[in-house]
Amino acid sequence: MSQAASHKAQKGLIVKQTGPLALIQDAGRFGVAHLGVTQGGAADWIAFRWANWLLGNASNSAALEIVMGGGLSLESEREVHLALTGADLDAQLDGKPLAPNARFQLLPGQRLVFRQPRQGLRAYLAFPGGLNAPEVLGSRACTAREQFGGLHEDGKPLQVGDRLTWQGTAPAMRRIADDQAPRMPVSGCRLPIVLGSQIASFSGRALFQAFNQPWTVDNRADRMGVRLTGPALHGSLTGIISEGIPLGAVQVPQDGQPIVLMNDRQTIGGYPRLGALTPIACATLAQCLPGTQVWLTPVSASQAQDDYRHQLGVWVGG
Amino acid sequence: MKPTIESSRIEIRIETAAMDALMVRLFDAIDEANMAWVIAADQALRKTFGAALIDLVPSYTTLLVHYDCQQATHTEALQLINKALSGLTPVDTQAGELHDIPVWYDESVGPELPKVAQRAGLSVDELIEQHCQHDYCVFALGFAPGYGFMGLVDEAIATPRLKTPRSKVAAGSVGIADRQTAIYPLLSPGGWNILGRTNVALFEHAKRGEPLLRPGDKVRFRAISRDEFEADGGDTTPMEERS
Repeated sequence: MSQAASHKAQKGLIVKQTGPLALIQDAGRFGVAHLGVTQGGAADWIAFRWANWLLGNASNSAALEIVMGGGLSLESEREVHLALTGADLDAQLDGKPLAPNARFQLLPGQRLVFRQPRQGLRAYLAFPGGLNAPEVLGSRACTAREQFGGLHEDGKPLQVGDRLTWQGTAPAMRRIADDQAPRMPVSGCRLPIVLGSQIASFSGRALFQAFNQPWTVDNRADRMGVRLTGPALHGSLTGIISEGIPLGAVQVPQDGQPIVLMNDRQTIGGYPRLGALTPIACATLAQCLPGTQVWLTPVSASQAQDDYRHQLGVWVGG
Repeated sequence: MKPTIESSRIEIRIETAAMDALMVRLFDAIDEANMAWVIAADQALRKTFGAALIDLVPSYTTLLVHYDCQQATHTEALQLINKALSGLTPVDTQAGELHDIPVWYDESVGPELPKVAQRAGLSVDELIEQHCQHDYCVFALGFAPGYGFMGLVDEAIATPRLKTPRSKVAAGSVGIADRQTAIYPLLSPGGWNILGRTNVALFEHAKRGEPLLRPGDKVRFRAISRDEFEADGGDTTPMEERS
């Protein structure tokens, strides 16, 4: 039997109702940016890693990224242990509240519903051994624009009637220590930024404004980029010759309002940049609802790497 | 910090781009002659970084080095770049492949044909001839999987992007923006002036990880008839009827 056919025969979770957006994601698609292929992957990679950790999965196992909730409803056809992390989307299991950052059991016929964000924006639902989904260029990340990934290999989010199946059977029994549980950002949070190539092209006034007052997360925000609003930042450059764009790059188009480029960004682009948010800051920003106030806080690349390695160390051994 | 590397003829600058990414800057202006250096730097960086390299994105004048900071610190990555690029020499520019791209130039699939011709003071046939006359250099891949930014088109037919980009440009659309030309690998939004359509499978190549067009390659467009385009399996659905 082909792999696809065996997935169809396997019992799983059925999508009964969809919300605004639920995507299959893993850590992302790497080593192919030079082809013009976007990175993709879980926007809050920290919550994503915790979800897989809770089940003892490999850290790159495909999970579900659920944005906002909005009535997404999944019904189980079999007994399974899942893990839920990230945003508190007022999830309910057969009408009973389900706390994030823990594993839980789902019995046949039980229904899981994600209602609305109470804290954060994106929840991650991990499955034993990771979700089954076709792999494209080494990743199961679902990227809509490119039509890569997804259950039907068309880059589309979950649809009513889709059946989610998974690769493993007996997950680990883990819980997150209270002091380690990922916290959702609050207004006034800090986003560390490593300053980049065009920083000297901005005026002194623009640089003062960039780092000494809060920015507001705009509702023009998706997996490609998050716009921040505040005073217009100006500099001597209106455009540059297109160059590679790292994760978290803070580009400033002509209107002076910064856009943070996230997982589904294009691979090269021609707007001057202040620098790039650290991966930890990107995870934070991915959970900020529109209206949240954030501060851009310069940090050295070396300090950012120390913080990053410290974060990775949390999952070692456990 | 802007360390520079001495190479035989160019000044190479290394800039911090992100926590785990460095920008290698070779030039300050677009030029076909850059490509021999960009490709040489690409090969040298891949070889020197080995498994510590996550992604390497070459563009017109730069290369973005995204490295694994669990395998190399910021300082070590700077040293690796220095090691890779000191004494760099350009590759042989004749090494790139020449691609023959058949295009059905027609207003139904290339709605800006009359406008671009008119701007240039040419007939549509003269415009097509002009677009087919050069071997265009592939400068960079980006925007979409397998999308190659090519140029430079003759100054006379250079045309600025549409004021309002189309929400849907058909796969295979061949367009011009300023002095650049490109082919859309898949249905996507876009603001280039579309002149025609090709049936070359750019997207499918990229999806397999083997792009048809690579930086430094040359592309020559060749005008074909509707019959030839259809015989090749080309989709003749007019641009406006796509939804």
